[in-house]
Amino acid sequence: MELLLALGIGTLVAAGVYLALRPRLFSVLLGITLLSYAVNLFLLASGGLMVDGAPLSNLPGPHPDPLPQALILTAIVISFGMTAFLIVLTLRAVSERGHDRVDEDPGSEEP
Amino acid sequence: MNHLILAPLLLPLAAGVVALLGGRGSLRFERTVGLVATLALLPVSVLLVGAASEGLVVAYDVGDWAAPFGITLVLDRLSAWMVSVTALVATAALLFALGRSDTTGRHFHALFQFQLLGINGAFLTGDLFNLFVFFEVLLIASYALLSHGSRPERTSAAVHVAVINLLGSTLFLVAVGCLYAAAGTLNFADLAQRAADLPADRLGLWQAGGWMLLVVFALKAALLPLGFWLPGAYGAADGAVAALFAVLTKVGVVSIMRTGTLFLPGLDAGPVLWAAALATLAIGMTGMIAAGRLAQLVAHSVVVSVGVLLVAVGLSSGPGLAAATYYLAHGTLATAALFLVTSRIAMVRGETGDLLEAGPAFRGRVALPTAFLLAAVAVAGLPPLGGFMAKLAILDAAVQAGRTAWSFAAVLAATLLSIVALARAGTIVFWKVGPDRGETVELPAWRPTAVAGVGLLLAGLVGLALYAGAAFDFASAAARQLLDPGEYVLAVLGTAGGGDR
Repeated sequence: MELLLALGIGTLVAAGVYLALRPRLFSVLLGITLLSYAVNLFLLASGGLMVDGAPLSNLPGPHPDPLPQALILTAIVISFGMTAFLIVLTLRAVSERGHDRVDEDPGSEEP
Repeated sequence: MNHLILAPLLLPLAAGVVALLGGRGSLRFERTVGLVATLALLPVSVLLVGAASEGLVVAYDVGDWAAPFGITLVLDRLSAWMVSVTALVATAALLFALGRSDTTGRHFHALFQFQLLGINGAFLTGDLFNLFVFFEVLLIASYALLSHGSRPERTSAAVHVAVINLLGSTLFLVAVGCLYAAAGTLNFADLAQRAADLPADRLGLWQAGGWMLLVVFALKAALLPLGFWLPGAYGAADGAVAALFAVLTKVGVVSIMRTGTLFLPGLDAGPVLWAAALATLAIGMTGMIAAGRLAQLVAHSVVVSVGVLLVAVGLSSGPGLAAATYYLAHGTLATAALFLVTSRIAMVRGETGDLLEAGPAFRGRVALPTAFLLAAVAVAGLPPLGGFMAKLAILDAAVQAGRTAWSFAAVLAATLLSIVALARAGTIVFWKVGPDRGETVELPAWRPTAVAGVGLLLAGLVGLALYAGAAFDFASAAARQLLDPGEYVLAVLGTAGGGDR
C-alpha cells in the first residue's frame, strides 16, 4: 500500500514537474493540475495510511485520521478554483498575444 | 473587546461581497462600500495596536472551537503592527485609485477588499493551514488586480506570477503534509510545543517540511533566487495596485519572522536567510541602476527593501528583529508612496510615461517633485526620515551579532546605489528636456483624493520619523514577544507548556 501510493505520487510529481517546465502555457496548466493531484495524495499519506479502517466515527474499529481528509477537501476546492482562474487568464493571454508561449516571442517587436 | 480581532477580516469580506453583489455593477456604490470599509480599518487597527501594546498576546477562537482544532486568530504586537500598516497603505492606495484605476475594469473595489482580507488574515492567523488559505485568497485577488486594466504586458505578468505562485502553493501543501506527519498538528502554538520533543525518527521529516515552508515564504517575499518574478509584475501593475502590492512581499517576510521564531528555530535558518538576503540586495541594487522605467526602478527597490529586512531577520537576534519590525512599516510606506508618485509622473509626462529618458519639459507645480523627493529619501534610507534610523539599528544589530563586514558592505552599497539611481531618475524626469516632439501634454489636474492618498503615506513616513522613539519601543517589545514563544503558546492553548526551550 505504501509503495503503491509512493510510486503513484512520484509518477504524478515527475510528470507534473516535466510539464510545468514546458514552454507552452497549456502544458504548464496540465503540469500544475497533475502536481495538485500529487499533493492531495501526499496529504492523505501524511495522516498515516490505514487499510480496512472504519469510515464513520460511530462504527467500531480503528479510525483513520480525519484531518488530512478535511485538508484535502479544502485543497481540492482551492486548486480547482485556481486552475479555473489560470485557464481563463491563459485564454485571455492567448487572445491578446496571439500565442500561448510562456515567454514573449523573442522575435516579436516588444522591447 | 476580543471580538475586535475579527474586524480586519470581516470588514473586507463583507465589503467585498456587498460591492460585488449589491450595487448591480454601479461603480458609485462599489466605491462607497470600498471606501467606508477601508477607512473603518484605520480606527480598528489603532484599537488593535492599543490592545497589543498592553503586552498580552490575545488569542481568539473563531466560533468558540477550542484551540488546536478550531480556527485561531492571534493578536500580538507584530500582527497588530502589520494590520495597521496594511490599513494605512490600503487607504492611501484606494484614495489614489478613485476615479482612475477603478474605471479601467470592473469590480476593482471588490478585488481590492478580497486582497485586504487575505493580507489581514495572513497576519492574524495562528494556524498553518489557515495561513495557506489566506495566502490563496490574497494571491487570487492579486492576479486579478495585476491584470486589471487589460493591457497585454499586465496579462503576461499576471500569468507568470500565477504560475510561479501556484507552484509555490503546491510546495506549501507538501510542507504542511510533512509537518503534520511529523507533529500531528498544524496549530502554530501546538507545533511550537511539539517541536521541542519530537521523536528522533521524525526529525528529518520535520526539518524537510520546515525548510520547504521557508522556501515558500522566501518565494512570496521575493528573496533571491526566488524573486525574479517580482520586478516584471510590480513594474507592469497599475500604480495604486503596486502600492498595495508593497505589502504583499512583507507577508512573506512576516511569515518567516513568525514561523522562524515560533516553531522553526531548530532549523537555524538565520545564516542561510542572511546570505540569501545579501545576494538579494546585490541583485536589487543592480536592478535599480539598470532600470529603464521608473516603475521598474521602484519595483527593484521593493527587492532591496526585502533584502534589508531579511539581513536583519537573518541575524535572529532581538535587536535585529526589532529593527526589522520598524523597517517593515517604513519600507512598506516608502515604496508604496514612490509607486503612487511614479504613477502620477507617468500621467503628467504624457507619451514618455515613466520611461527614464528626456521627455517634455516638466510643467507641473512644486508638489509632485517635492513628493518624489520625500518618497525617494525615504526609500533610499536617508536622514531625516526613519529609514536611516532603521538601517542604523540593523547595522548595530549586525555588529552585536558579529556579522559586521558583509552586512555593512551590502546594506551600505545598496543605500548608495539607491541614492544614485533615484537621483539620476529624478534628474532625468524633472530637469532633462528632450528634443521637442511637438507633444502637447494636457496637464491632468491632481484629484484631491489622489493628493490625499500620497499625502497620507508621506505623513505616515514623517510620523514614523518623529515618533521613532515610541515606534522603536513598540518594535523592540514585538521582537521580545517573538523570541519568547511561551507567551504565545500560553495564550493560544491555555497551558504553560512549551517554555522548555
